[in-house]
Amino acid sequence: MAASNRPSDVAIALNRFGLGARGNAPPGDPRAWLLEQIPSFEARPAAFASARTTPEIAREHAEDRADLTDLDPEARMEKRKVLRQRARALYRDEVGMRVTAALTTPAPFVERLVHFWSNHFAISADKPQVTALAGAFEREAIRPHVLGRFEDMLLAVERHPAMLLFLDQVRSVGPNSRRARRAAERGRRLGINENLAREILELHTLGARGGYTQHDVGAFALALSGWTVDGMGGDADETGAFRFRPQMHEPGPRTLLGRTYAEDGADQARAVLRDVAASEATARHVATKLARHFIADDPPPGAVDRLTAAFVSSGGDLPEVYRALIGLPDAWDARSRKFKTPWEWTISALRGLGRSEPGSAQVVALLNQLGQPTWQPRSPAGYDDVAGSWAAPEALVRRIEIALRLARPAGDRIDARERAPALLPGVLTERTQTQIARAESPATALALMLASPEFQRR
Amino acid sequence: MQRRGFLRSAALGSGALMVAPRLVLANVETERRFVFIIQRGAADGLDTVIPYADPALATLRGALGVGSQGMHKLDGTFALHPSLAGLSGLYARGEALFVHAVASPYRERSHFDGQNVLESGGASPYALRDGWLNRLTTLLPASREEAIAFAPTIPLALRGETEVASYAPSGLPEAPDDLLARVGDLYDSDPQFHALWASAMRTRELAQDAAKRQDPATVGRTAGGILARADGPRIAMIETSGWDTHAGQKSRLATQLRGLDTLIAALRERLGAAWADTTVLVATEFGRTAAVNGTGGTDHGTASAALLLGGAVRGGRVVADWPGLSAGALYEGRDLRPTLDLDGLIAVAAAESLHLDPERAMHTLFPGRPFNPNLAGLVGA
Repeated sequence: MAASNRPSDVAIALNRFGLGARGNAPPGDPRAWLLEQIPSFEARPAAFASARTTPEIAREHAEDRADLTDLDPEARMEKRKVLRQRARALYRDEVGMRVTAALTTPAPFVERLVHFWSNHFAISADKPQVTALAGAFEREAIRPHVLGRFEDMLLAVERHPAMLLFLDQVRSVGPNSRRARRAAERGRRLGINENLAREILELHTLGARGGYTQHDVGAFALALSGWTVDGMGGDADETGAFRFRPQMHEPGPRTLLGRTYAEDGADQARAVLRDVAASEATARHVATKLARHFIADDPPPGAVDRLTAAFVSSGGDLPEVYRALIGLPDAWDARSRKFKTPWEWTISALRGLGRSEPGSAQVVALLNQLGQPTWQPRSPAGYDDVAGSWAAPEALVRRIEIALRLARPAGDRIDARERAPALLPGVLTERTQTQIARAESPATALALMLASPEFQRR
Repeated sequence: MQRRGFLRSAALGSGALMVAPRLVLANVETERRFVFIIQRGAADGLDTVIPYADPALATLRGALGVGSQGMHKLDGTFALHPSLAGLSGLYARGEALFVHAVASPYRERSHFDGQNVLESGGASPYALRDGWLNRLTTLLPASREEAIAFAPTIPLALRGETEVASYAPSGLPEAPDDLLARVGDLYDSDPQFHALWASAMRTRELAQDAAKRQDPATVGRTAGGILARADGPRIAMIETSGWDTHAGQKSRLATQLRGLDTLIAALRERLGAAWADTTVLVATEFGRTAAVNGTGGTDHGTASAALLLGGAVRGGRVVADWPGLSAGALYEGRDLRPTLDLDGLIAVAAAESLHLDPERAMHTLFPGRPFNPNLAGLVGA
C-alpha cells in the first residue's frame, strides 16, 4: 500500500508510536514495523540484568531498619540518613535501567506501551517503600502483561506491594474481622481504608463517571480487606510478597455494582476485579486513554468507539486493541500531533543523539527539572497526557537549556543537517532546516533540532 | 517486628513529606490584592476549624482528634488546629474569617473531578475549559504585564483568555542569548510555540530575583514581595498539595497546616502595608469523612472549611450554618453536610476584595450557579 510509505507515516511510526528515531535506517513499511514488535518484545531485556525483585528489595529494607530501635537517638538519625541515601541510590539505578531499556529496545512501540500502562496504574514514589519498589512494580506487574490480557495486568497491579502500600491498603481491616474484634477487646479500633477500592474503580477500570456509587466503593473496600503485604519476621522468605490475611477480611457476602459476591476470602475481591475488568465502562475508559495518548488530546469519538469494540470483542486482549489502534486512520493523521511530555522528549532526544545509556545525562535530575520526575506523579491519576499540562513557557525554556547541554558532547560527532531529516522524515519544515544550517556551531544546530516544534511533537 | 518496621516507616515517610507549594500570579489594574490558595487532595476541614463543642466529634474522631490540648479556641463552638498559631493571631486581630460546612457543587469523591469543578467554576467536571481565576482577571482593566505562573505549568484555575506566563527557577545553566534568539526565529511561524516563547521571554527579566527554593516560607515571601511592588501583579494563586490523608493523618496534617500557617505569615510580613489591601482565600476540592477510617486517617468526604484572611477581611468570626455531626445530620451518613456554596463564597469574597459587583462576578466566575446575597460583608471597602 503506497499510502503507508509516505515519509510522514514513517515519522509517525517512529515518533508517535515509537520513542523517537535513532538516526539509523527507517522502517520500510511503518505499520508492519509496529506489528512485528508485538511478537518480538522481550519483557526482561538486558537493561534489567542487575535488577532485583520486590521480595529482595523489601527484605533488605526490613533488615536495614530492624536494629534502628536499638540505637541511641543520634546514631539512629545518622543511620536513617544513610538509609535514605541508599533508597535514593536504588531509585536512581532503577530510573537508569528504565532509560537504558527505552534507548536500546528493538520494540519501542511496546516499550512506549509499558510507559503508558505504568502511568495508567500510577504509583508515586513519595513513601520510602514505594520509592524503593517503583522500578520493581513496573518490571513485575506491567512488563510481563503489556502483551497479555487487561484482567491479568489489573490483577498483578492491584496485588503488587507497591500499589498496596501506595494506596494505604496494607492496614485496611474489616470492622467485623477477627483482627478488629480482638483489637476492640483491647480498646483499639481498626477499620477500613477505602483508598485502593476507590482508585481501582475511578482510575484503573470503570473511570470517574463509570456508573459506580459510594456504596460500591465501600463494599469493594470490604471485599479487599485482608489484601496486604507480607513482612513477618517469622518467615522472612516472604517479606514483600502479596499476602491475604483472612483474619483481617470482613466476613460475609458483598453486593456491589448489581452483583453479589459470596464470602470467598481473597477470591471475593478477585471476582470483583474480574467483573470490572470485563465491564464496557472499563473498555471505554481504557480506549479513551489510549486514543488520547496516540491520537489527540481530544480523541475523536469514532476512534474511541473502535478501540472500545476491539477491547470488548477480544475480552480485553491487549494486542488485539493495539492492532485496532494501528489500523485507525485517525492515528496516522499528520495534522493532529501530540506535545511530548518531558519523559517522551528526553528519551527521544537521547535516542536522536544516538545515546545507548543515560551516562552523564543524569536523567533523574533532568526529569525533575522538566517537571516530570519518574514514577512520581504525586497522584494516583498519573501524569496528564494533554498539552495544556506541559506546554508552558518556562517548560520550553528549560527544554532548550537541556537541549544545549545534551547536544554539546555530540556536536563534533553528529551533523544536525543530516540527522534532522532522518529523525523527522516528511515533517521537518524548511524553516527549521534553515535555522539548523545557519547555526553558529554544530552543537547549537543539534540543540535547535531538539528544540524545534517538529521534534517536540509526536 | 520486621513487618511493623516496614509499614511504620511508610507512614513516617509520608508524614515527613511537605510537598512544595507553587505560585502563580496575574496582573490587573487595581490596588487591591487577591490570593487564592488551593489545597490539593481534600483537606480535612473538621481538623482545621474544629467543631470542638459538637458532641458527636469525640466519637467520630477517637484517637485522631487533637483533643483540647493546644487547640486555639475561636468561640463557643469552633477552635483552630494547634498548628495554626499564626492564623489564630490573625483571628484575634479581626483579620481572619473561617467558613465551615462549605462545598463546591461537586458531590462525588474523585480528587481530579473535584479539583476540576473547583478550578473551572463549572457545575460539573469538564463543563468549562477555562478557570474562574482567569475569568476574574477579565473583570478588571488589564495592566501592562501579563499573569505569571511561578511553576513549570499553569493550573486550570488560571487558564483561559488572559495570557499567563510561567516561571520556575531551574538551577540550570542558562542558554546563551544567541541560542534564545535563534529559537525565537525557529518558533515564529508556529502559533503555539510562538505564543509560549514570547511570554517566556517577557517573564524572564521580571523573575530575576525570584527565590530559588519552593518551601512554604520562601513561597510566601516571594509572593508577598512581588504582590507588594507598586508595578507588580495583583492576583496570585498558590498551589499546595499533600492533603490526602488516608493514613497517619495526625502527624501529616499537623505538618501540612504548619506549612500553611508559615506560608501565610511570610506572605503577610512581606506584603507590609499592602496587607491592608489583600484578601487570601484558602479552599480545597472537598472534605473528608467525619469518622476516622481504619488506618488512622480519613477517606474522601464532602463539605470542608474555607479560610479568608487579610487586612480588609471582616474577620474575628466563623461563618457557618452548622449542620452538626450526629449520625442523622451527616451527608450520606458519613460526611460533613454542605450548607454553604463554596462558589458563592469565592465570588463574593473576590468581588468585595477587588471592588467588583458581586452578582456580576458570580455570573462570570460561576455561570449558572446561584448568587448568595446573604454572604455580603465578608471584606470591607
